[in-house]
Amino acid sequence: MGVLVLLSLVLITLSFRSEENGPVASVQSAGSTVLRPFAVGFERVAQPFRDGYGWIESLLDARSDAERLRVENRELRQRAIQSEFARQENDYLRRLLTYVDSVRFPGDFDPVAAEVIGRPAGAFTQAIVLAAGSGSGIRVNDPVVTADGLVGLVTRVTPNTARVQLLIDEEAAASAIDLRTSAPGIVRHARGTRETLVLDRVRKQDRVTVGDEIVTAGWRASGLSSLYPKGIPIGKVTSVGQTDTDLFQQVQVDPFVDFGSLDAVLVLVPTERRR
Amino acid sequence: MSAEAVLRATLVVFLAAMLQTVIVSSLVIGGGAPDVLLVVVVAVGLVRGSVPGAVFGFAGGLVVDLLTLDTMGITSLVLTLAGFWAGRYGETTGRDRRFAPVIAVGTVTLAAGLFGYVLHYMLGEEVAAHQALVTALMPAFALNLVLALPLCALVRRMVGEGERTESSREVEVLLG
Repeated sequence: MGVLVLLSLVLITLSFRSEENGPVASVQSAGSTVLRPFAVGFERVAQPFRDGYGWIESLLDARSDAERLRVENRELRQRAIQSEFARQENDYLRRLLTYVDSVRFPGDFDPVAAEVIGRPAGAFTQAIVLAAGSGSGIRVNDPVVTADGLVGLVTRVTPNTARVQLLIDEEAAASAIDLRTSAPGIVRHARGTRETLVLDRVRKQDRVTVGDEIVTAGWRASGLSSLYPKGIPIGKVTSVGQTDTDLFQQVQVDPFVDFGSLDAVLVLVPTERRR
Repeated sequence: MSAEAVLRATLVVFLAAMLQTVIVSSLVIGGGAPDVLLVVVVAVGLVRGSVPGAVFGFAGGLVVDLLTLDTMGITSLVLTLAGFWAGRYGETTGRDRRFAPVIAVGTVTLAAGLFGYVLHYMLGEEVAAHQALVTALMPAFALNLVLALPLCALVRRMVGEGERTESSREVEVLLG
């Protein structure tokens, strides 16, 4: 038993001290590659059961969802027409000014679709493992999204797998803005909850109201730029509060992405890298 | 342990590790998810003894750490200690007790949760204590207790009981 405990401690130490391409990382990469077919097999077997569970769950909310979506559809149709006018005007003005912009989502990226094949157990880290890695062009710090919005960031890559730190992890954060008022802040996990986010560092003079949509800010300054391109949807504001003693507003955000039921995601690989 | 028992235990622990990582970790019920691998390692410890418990705990943890690209050794360390403790409990006070699996799984779930939190904190990772020790651990505790008896029965059936040394009815103490 002592030998195994010692071996575990040695592994932990080496994992922390060795570099990204060190011997421990190589062993882990090789192990992950060997285990990947098993994980993919298990995932394929589990998928019909997951789909069945999701189908039954969706039946319970079908009526209320249909009504809500009808109302939302009407609003979105009007906004789509207005947005199209604004887009055409924007394109015309950009051409006039020869405006140079930072990378944009989704135009400047080639998404790589990847299946989710694993999750660490316990509440210590919020992450997922994907069945695609550096062989598919994925690198560390690539943003990960779904059709609903931002999922997280790639933190480790092997040739055939990649680990993604979810936005609800304690150590994750993304610079973001209120889409309506452009009030800037930092989105991070709300402590004491499982899947709620907060928009932190929002100044008291900035206007944020319940129902506002929060998207990634995608800033660029002094040669540095945000890891996330601008315009990726994150969530909707559910509450705004402030006290006299706090420097910033307390803005709670309900994420668009359901982090508990991620089956497949898109890794945003810059188009430049693919060429 | 015979070669066949080792092979069977290896298969059971490997399947539990894969099942946990691929499927069970995402089955969040009431804020927490069950830990099938932990329950299986405790069961192996109970039916086969402390050393097999520690060895298969280490192996199962290694599979999880490899597959999730997590810090190598963390899950192995937690499960090695869990398997060893369960084995010692099965060899001593838990012996022949009907609810030994439930007691062992409950105790190990709480101890592993607390130890895991301390370990991650010592490694400098940000983990909210309330989230780790209350919101997620309490549902996991309840779900693991539910799984304890059926999984222990399954492991006992698959792996088989370890050899037992009969306890003495009386001990003669020789003085001088």
